Amino acid sequence: MSVQLEQSPTTDGDVISNYTINFGPQHPAAHGVLRMVMELDGEIIERIDPHVGLLHRGTEKLIEHKTYLQALPYFDRLDYCSPLCQEHSYVLAIEKLLNVEVPIRAQYLRVLFAELTRISNHMLNIGAHVMDVGAMTPNLWVFELREDCMNFFERASGARMHSAWFRPGGVHQDVPEKLLVDIGEWIDGRLPELFGDAMSLVIDNRIFKQRNVDIAVVSKDDAVAWGFSGPMIRAAGVPWDLRKSQPYDVYDRMEFDIPVGTNSDCYDRFMVRVKEVYESAKIIKQCLAQMPQGPIASADGKVSPPSRGKMKQSMEALIHHFKLYTEGFHVPAGEVYVATESPKGEFGVYLVSDGTNKPYRCKIRPTAFSHLQAMDFMSKGHMLPDATAILGAIDVVFGECDR
Amino acid sequence: MSEVHSAPKFASNEGVRATLLGALGDMVVGADEQYGEIIISVERDRIEDALRTLRDDHEYQQMMEIAGVDYPDRAERFEVVYMLLSLTRNHRVMVKVSADENTPVPTITTLWPNAGWLEREVFDMYGVIFDGNTDLRRILTDYGFEGHPFRKDFPLTGYTELRYSEDEKRVVYEPVELAQDLRQFDFLSPWEGADYQLPGDEKADMPPVDEPKVTEDEGDTGAGEATDDKAAEKVSAGSPAEESTDEDRTDAPEPTEDREDRVEREGKTRDTKASTEPDEDGDKA
Repeated sequence: MSVQLEQSPTTDGDVISNYTINFGPQHPAAHGVLRMVMELDGEIIERIDPHVGLLHRGTEKLIEHKTYLQALPYFDRLDYCSPLCQEHSYVLAIEKLLNVEVPIRAQYLRVLFAELTRISNHMLNIGAHVMDVGAMTPNLWVFELREDCMNFFERASGARMHSAWFRPGGVHQDVPEKLLVDIGEWIDGRLPELFGDAMSLVIDNRIFKQRNVDIAVVSKDDAVAWGFSGPMIRAAGVPWDLRKSQPYDVYDRMEFDIPVGTNSDCYDRFMVRVKEVYESAKIIKQCLAQMPQGPIASADGKVSPPSRGKMKQSMEALIHHFKLYTEGFHVPAGEVYVATESPKGEFGVYLVSDGTNKPYRCKIRPTAFSHLQAMDFMSKGHMLPDATAILGAIDVVFGECDR
Repeated sequence: MSEVHSAPKFASNEGVRATLLGALGDMVVGADEQYGEIIISVERDRIEDALRTLRDDHEYQQMMEIAGVDYPDRAERFEVVYMLLSLTRNHRVMVKVSADENTPVPTITTLWPNAGWLEREVFDMYGVIFDGNTDLRRILTDYGFEGHPFRKDFPLTGYTELRYSEDEKRVVYEPVELAQDLRQFDFLSPWEGADYQLPGDEKADMPPVDEPKVTEDEGDTGAGEATDDKAAEKVSAGSPAEESTDEDRTDAPEPTEDREDRVEREGKTRDTKASTEPDEDGDKA
């Protein structure tokens, strides 16, 4: 939009022009390294040009130079708030090309930890969103829960954030029985208690509502056209959830509801996430109740490595181990696009294989790209401080957006 | 082979390909169905029409992703892949066009507004030009970046590196200098897939020589009395380092191992050094 000039009655006829400011790249509300060039008319946003790519690391190029297994940890480092959900898309893409059967216990474990990741991701986003609009306390409370999730990840995989725990053909290790018991207790006790407390401060809070209700309303048609997904499209009233419509692993055995918004504003997006936390808790409970005993990785020795004990007894297992960790497995030539419901929306992996041990091309579909692109039209006409609320409700993480 | 994987399952592909091919008519240049994915290649210049048909007549409401791929061996080296999603039919389809550096692809920002950034990304990474995209700036790479980094012939390390210069008080760009070569391990089994030459491989294809090299008489071999004398004559002069042992080398650190006055470590585990040494009686400790 061109610069508008207008005569102001309060400046004795002096001409006021729009001015342009830089929001970020170093700004606590930018959720990482986002630079937005904003054109303002007073305090009203006229135009936003988000500049992304400040965290571009060339992940997709690096993946082309690694074997399939070596490329897996890169996915933890994309959206570092929900690492396991990114791995999920990648391992499913590989499994689709290989057509590997995953043991049922591994599928349950994956779903359980994907949902735990969802809770941990929403804890961060809900806390950050609330803090972006001025409230401090709830953020500290929900971070306690996030910390609990981290501890669970650590007990399962040894790492708090970058777990690399989902593997093609299953998961890396089985979990101790005590961990499942503790997760069950946490789901019934600490989570609803602490989360309920924190949300009781926010949900009906007058200031919070003033900052979020009717901010950045997006119509259903716009949400579809702009390629929205996840909580962003559900807040617009479209009950679209890949866990329900295109189930993977054991999601087709789970009973859960899809929360949808009615008004499609920042408050709805927030509330959809709050409800999703309770739905995730429901799924986790079902996983704990139904999970059978059994193997946790595919029986195919050409895909998943043998156990430590087996490796020291069987010559064949030793050879498999050596081959898998040097050459890696070969994936038949072809291309697939596999998308899962990550906490932020549709996270897709377009995997092109040429039949060797390294991906020919691995295109990652970040959730934030479409959402951030809509920042301009969502913010138009709103005030400058609303931009932080809109950004908070998008739930953007730049590791994933910039790749 | 039956499907045993647990990847996301969308609505059945049955009959979809025939319907779509019928609807797209002569725009189609090829179609494929593998791993449960329908992939339709269309003519580059008519991609916009093809996608409009799919969106308006076949309920593919969302365009989730545009991916570029580089195949340097092909006549038109780039492929641009559009991922479409139907919310109402719960179905996915991929549509492809091929392109070159100087053959622009028509933009589809007219159909989906979110194509803008996705096309910018393909342009940035591969240099495919999108005709009609009014905002075709670079998006992920640095301001002022040159080249298209995801092309297969672009090195993984890139060409420039940057650092903060204390002298100039700003970030400076310099050509990449690697202290150590980038380690590219090639684990492909030499029995399959390895198409490069190892040193010595070239000898396998050499034609046999007409006159083989031979040593005609004994004197030419270099062996004999003279050589034997020379060999018996002298031992090594010693390494240069040994010559200056009388010097007081104060910069050398005290040896940490095997000090006479060293107190044995007390602990539950055994000394690791001792545990690998054989005992007096020859047994392993």
